[in-house]
Amino acid sequence: MMDKNEIKAFIAKRVAKELKDGDVVNLGIGLPTLVPQFLPEGVKVTLQAENGIIGAGLVTDENRAPRHVVDAGGQPAAVAPGGSFIDSATSFGLIRGGHVDATILGGLEVDAEGSLANWIIPGKRMPGMGGAMDLLVGAKNVIVAMEHTARGNPKILEKCRLPYTAVHCVTKIITEMCVLEVHPEGLVMTEYNPAFTVEDIQAATEAKLIISPQLKPMC
Amino acid sequence: MPKFVSIEDAVKLIPNGASIMVGGFMGCGNAHAFIDALSKSGVKDLTLMCNDASMANGPDGGDFYGVAKLVHNKQIKTLIATHVGLNPEVAQQSMIDKTLEVFLIPQGSFAEMIRAHGAGLGGVLTPTGVETIIEDSPYCLGKQNIDGRDYLLMKPLKADFAIIAGAKIDKAGNVWYKGDTSNFNIVMATAADTVIAEAEEIVEIGVIAPEDVRTSGVFVDYVVEGGKYV
Repeated sequence: MMDKNEIKAFIAKRVAKELKDGDVVNLGIGLPTLVPQFLPEGVKVTLQAENGIIGAGLVTDENRAPRHVVDAGGQPAAVAPGGSFIDSATSFGLIRGGHVDATILGGLEVDAEGSLANWIIPGKRMPGMGGAMDLLVGAKNVIVAMEHTARGNPKILEKCRLPYTAVHCVTKIITEMCVLEVHPEGLVMTEYNPAFTVEDIQAATEAKLIISPQLKPMC
Repeated sequence: MPKFVSIEDAVKLIPNGASIMVGGFMGCGNAHAFIDALSKSGVKDLTLMCNDASMANGPDGGDFYGVAKLVHNKQIKTLIATHVGLNPEVAQQSMIDKTLEVFLIPQGSFAEMIRAHGAGLGGVLTPTGVETIIEDSPYCLGKQNIDGRDYLLMKPLKADFAIIAGAKIDKAGNVWYKGDTSNFNIVMATAADTVIAEAEEIVEIGVIAPEDVRTSGVFVDYVVEGGKYV
């Protein structure tokens, strides 16, 4: 059994294989921020932060300037050589306009139609959608990277019960159990973690999974 | 030409019940010295339009970073924002105390709705929010199908005051922003009746090259010097 941190690293490592050299990528907070460290040799991506960085880089003691440069989580950030700063309207023009190749984010619920809920639990938590609704609508590829279940309860549903962040937007779901592609006919499992059986994975998933004839182990 | 005034005099411009736009993102790009003074002024019942309610703590510690001070002092009656999850006082005041009304708008729509007012447009058509509860927002005026795709018609956003912040502002009111502090400051500077700009440093004309000016002085009514407030 993997612990929480191992699960997150396992998912992030698999997500990293989705990215191509030269992609412009927006990462959500939490697990997605682990993805860059697992990028395959020769793959360089431009990280976009929706508050106004194109080409986010590593924060060091020397460049740390939290009064002037933060990421989309409000944490100290930096710009990489070749990067730039833009204002919010330009940033969301970039996002909605289809200039972001992939957005990687977590979800509370995702469903068989490729719709995602991740911004509000009515009456309990209302943190807000921030830039998520725009990213889901605008990014060319939407990859949901999350643990397969929450406290044993399925998060991959026939239909989201929480309010949508956006509908028909997700291209791929990557969890510690499997990789699911969103197709018009439903969720197609293309890869599975051999630590689980296909039956285990279906049992942890409310949506009916379609098993790809080319199903292979996740690596 | 903008007027150059003290922070105290600029704060006096803002009456109870005013609507204010404050540029910045999680405190980065907030007009920190002005907000600090406003938070001590006792002005209340404000409508705040800001991306967020900042964070309970600043990046280097310190309580109530940026606009979080205004929330903490219960000066905000209505908050129009995109994300309020990093300031737990918003949930307390809105969901438990019921003293704060919050309207959440997608971040890209928020930027564009502000830009629309500043640019004299009657609304924004965006695919963002289609088939979500944003369709029920008072800021959403309906849905339009254009060439087979659905779009929401979002209202422009305007305010009595915009409070913006730049690292350098010259004596013509031209603003240069450092790092990613420009964020919402750029659109907000165009969308309010009165624009108050806080400079870390006021400089002579010519210090900011014309091609480096991101907000022209024509948008700015008042300039205050905030210094390197942290």
